[in-house]
Amino acid sequence: MDRAAPRRFDGGGPRAFLHRLGHGDEVAHVLTLTFAAGILLLTSGLVYELWVNSHLSRAKFGWLFFWTRTWDPIFDNFGAAPFIYGTLVTSIVSLVIAVPLGLAAAIFLSELAPRRMSDTISFLIDLLAAVPSVIYGLLGIFIVVPLMRTTVGPILIGSLGHVPVLGKFFKGPNYGVGFLTAGVVLAIMVVPFIISVSREVLLTVPREQREAALALGATRWEATWKVVVPWARTGILGSVFLALARALGETMAVTMVIGNDPKIAASLFAPGYTIAAVIANEFTEATGDLYLSALIELGLVLFLMTFILNGLARLLIVATERGGGHPS
Amino acid sequence: MGATTHGNNATAARLAPQVVMSDKTSQASDKDALVRFEISDLNFYYGAKQAVFGLNLKIPKNRVTALIGPSGCGKSTFLRTLNRMNETIRNTRVVGQILLDGQDILQMDVVGLRRRVGMVFQRPNPFPKSIYENVAYGLRINGFQGRLDDLVEHSLRRAALWEEAKDYLHKSAFALSGGQQQRLCIARALAVDPEVLLLDEPCSALDPVTTAKIEELMFHLKDSCTMAIVTHNMQQAARASDFTAFMLDGKLIEHSETSKLFTTPTDPRTEAYITGRFG
Amino acid sequence: MSRMLLIWRKSLNVVMLTLTGVAAFGVVAVLFLILGYLVWNGGKSLNLDFFTQLPKPVGETGGGMANAIVGSLKLLLLAALMGLPVGLMAGVYLAEFGGKTFSYVIRYTTDLLNGVPSIVIGIFAYSLAVLPVRHFSAVAGGVALGIMVIPITVRSTEEFLRAVPGSLREGAMALGASKWRTIATVVLPAAKGGIITGVLLALARVAGETAPLLFTAFSNRFWSPGWGQPIASLPVMIYTYAIAPYDDWHRQAWAAGLVLLALVLVANIGTRVVLSRGGGGRST
Repeated sequence: MDRAAPRRFDGGGPRAFLHRLGHGDEVAHVLTLTFAAGILLLTSGLVYELWVNSHLSRAKFGWLFFWTRTWDPIFDNFGAAPFIYGTLVTSIVSLVIAVPLGLAAAIFLSELAPRRMSDTISFLIDLLAAVPSVIYGLLGIFIVVPLMRTTVGPILIGSLGHVPVLGKFFKGPNYGVGFLTAGVVLAIMVVPFIISVSREVLLTVPREQREAALALGATRWEATWKVVVPWARTGILGSVFLALARALGETMAVTMVIGNDPKIAASLFAPGYTIAAVIANEFTEATGDLYLSALIELGLVLFLMTFILNGLARLLIVATERGGGHPS
Repeated sequence: MGATTHGNNATAARLAPQVVMSDKTSQASDKDALVRFEISDLNFYYGAKQAVFGLNLKIPKNRVTALIGPSGCGKSTFLRTLNRMNETIRNTRVVGQILLDGQDILQMDVVGLRRRVGMVFQRPNPFPKSIYENVAYGLRINGFQGRLDDLVEHSLRRAALWEEAKDYLHKSAFALSGGQQQRLCIARALAVDPEVLLLDEPCSALDPVTTAKIEELMFHLKDSCTMAIVTHNMQQAARASDFTAFMLDGKLIEHSETSKLFTTPTDPRTEAYITGRFG
Repeated sequence: MSRMLLIWRKSLNVVMLTLTGVAAFGVVAVLFLILGYLVWNGGKSLNLDFFTQLPKPVGETGGGMANAIVGSLKLLLLAALMGLPVGLMAGVYLAEFGGKTFSYVIRYTTDLLNGVPSIVIGIFAYSLAVLPVRHFSAVAGGVALGIMVIPITVRSTEEFLRAVPGSLREGAMALGASKWRTIATVVLPAAKGGIITGVLLALARVAGETAPLLFTAFSNRFWSPGWGQPIASLPVMIYTYAIAPYDDWHRQAWAAGLVLLALVLVANIGTRVVLSRGGGGRST
């Protein structure tokens, strides 16, 4: 037996490469890799374009851009403060409404509803997430705005308007359009996200956790609220961040109901403006280079806000799925 | 040995190995059988972890060689180096030499090698296609020109599935039972006319009757094909193989004619294993 | 005292659990409210003219949105042509070829791209396809929607390819199929149903996008021949008609909303029903 000296073969090396090339594997690999790398290129291109095209505005206003409250295309003086304020306020209002509602619905679907019912309702709620935002805007204009002007607004002003501290958010003229209306419409839009992610997270909580609490004499609600929800809290927080990122970037529905007035007002009934809405409204009309550049810088700000929130949401959801979410 | 027939008489098959043993010795000693695979100093690594250690083995032509050993002993890993299926796993490495008919398989074109060395897996893995397309798959990808129908029929006959499947050729392969699916996978492997068939615990997911059918099939295939079978079932090794290799912890402990290994093992570890003292 | 406490705990239990149910059904009720209101309002204004006529000038009643319907279809076609190849190929890369680190980077970037607000995608498409040629065009709108199609397609394609059992790949490779042939002839056909579903959902999602079209495809009151001119689309028409001060335009907006929602919901319900039937591709 002529035994050759042991050789190494590791599936690599130029020879193997040539073989695989012959069978098209390397071609397929390189081809798909190119397309995958295309996504990297595209995303970096997006950041690059936002950065470069906002150069004029960044050079002129610097950090002041974030604090300036005027938005004056005629005298080329641009500040982002009213839009950042409007974006944050509408998003916070939407979360104040959507988080309790969404969490409650998610608890019902994961803890109480029979599996079939839970799946059916979740399916319908997922459909709600698929409704285009312009349709929410349409309903916002023709249902929510009149309702806010004639019914909900006067009731809130009449009741909460007299409460100290809280009252100043519920005072002033009520046009129907404004921060609160935009927040309500946004809440309807983000609630499906909170429900479906939270439900998934709640369903991963081990049965034993529930049973342990029930065996100690806890009521169903106590077992849910004091054991199951805390176990899943990181993931639920992740769903909230996801919803917030979506609310910040939402354009059409908000544009249609917020009133489009770049003012900073404490009253939630006052008309306002958001970053996305001002881009949508003024981009095609932006005549000067600086004007356009300022709008693109607003886009950059919006991109960064959602980028950070999506990153955090992703981390939180991954952490829950991996570690059961329980603080260890 | 007799001409290729497609007998499906299970009793005959179960008796067959003993009969053939004597038949073979009258012609030539099994020790003189031509060598198909010659493995020298084979080492195999998953990353830093070594799974096969300095293995030397000859796999004779037109015989069934069984690989036995406790689970995790490296027998499946070893089998999968013979058609280089392990290369599909990341971070693996082979050191050593494997000759197929005197040719180094590590130097060969892997696609050509796998056409010559077919494989049947632990669980039946028919493609989500029709029965016909499953069998024809290997032919199609290898650019076969000619009458597919005939070859599909021939392969199904060799796998003793023709009678059961001929009326359902264009139905989904998933409609078949587990045992039929496994025979379909054998037919699929046979369609490209491999010189060697590697079977990786082909019966572990099947019931005893189906297992018997597949062992019978192996017996008939011996005329045209060399086989190596990994099995955790010692009765199966004893029934269906001509040679048996016993592996433990990645090392080849003992290799000899099946009758000899199961009756007079030379290594105490082999004896311990075949008498059921571990594994 | 402890009896009082028990009563309190029990009532709290009932009240809170009821509230969770109210919340869940309340949200579902919103869906039916939307549907009902749209069907009611849109149905009243929907007629054959809507599908066959061009919009009438301000002041004249009647007319339709035929150009916007065709425009939306053209934009979707462009989005599919530009976005799907990238999405599908990258999905195949992630599922079949990807190394560890690079795949992680790609996945992360894909999620990032998926989270970018659509209006920002619009700015990007504007700087890619409008600025250089200095006019709005169907192509620019297609670029914007195509970019949005990519991340959704990548993730669904990868997911469905990964669901194909590894034993099928081994089976094909053991027969001498090279890797790409294995993918092309066994893996992709096995995942076909799921991948098509993902593609349809991606297209359904961008079909309703408005913001990125505002300053890429813009809009057009007339037919838009070819691909290089501004083009109307249903979502943009809904927007402009809804914020206009004319009652007749509002009616048209409702009709358009109904058509758009019907399209989106049919795509969603259809694909989901197919998927839940286990039509992920396993059966031939």
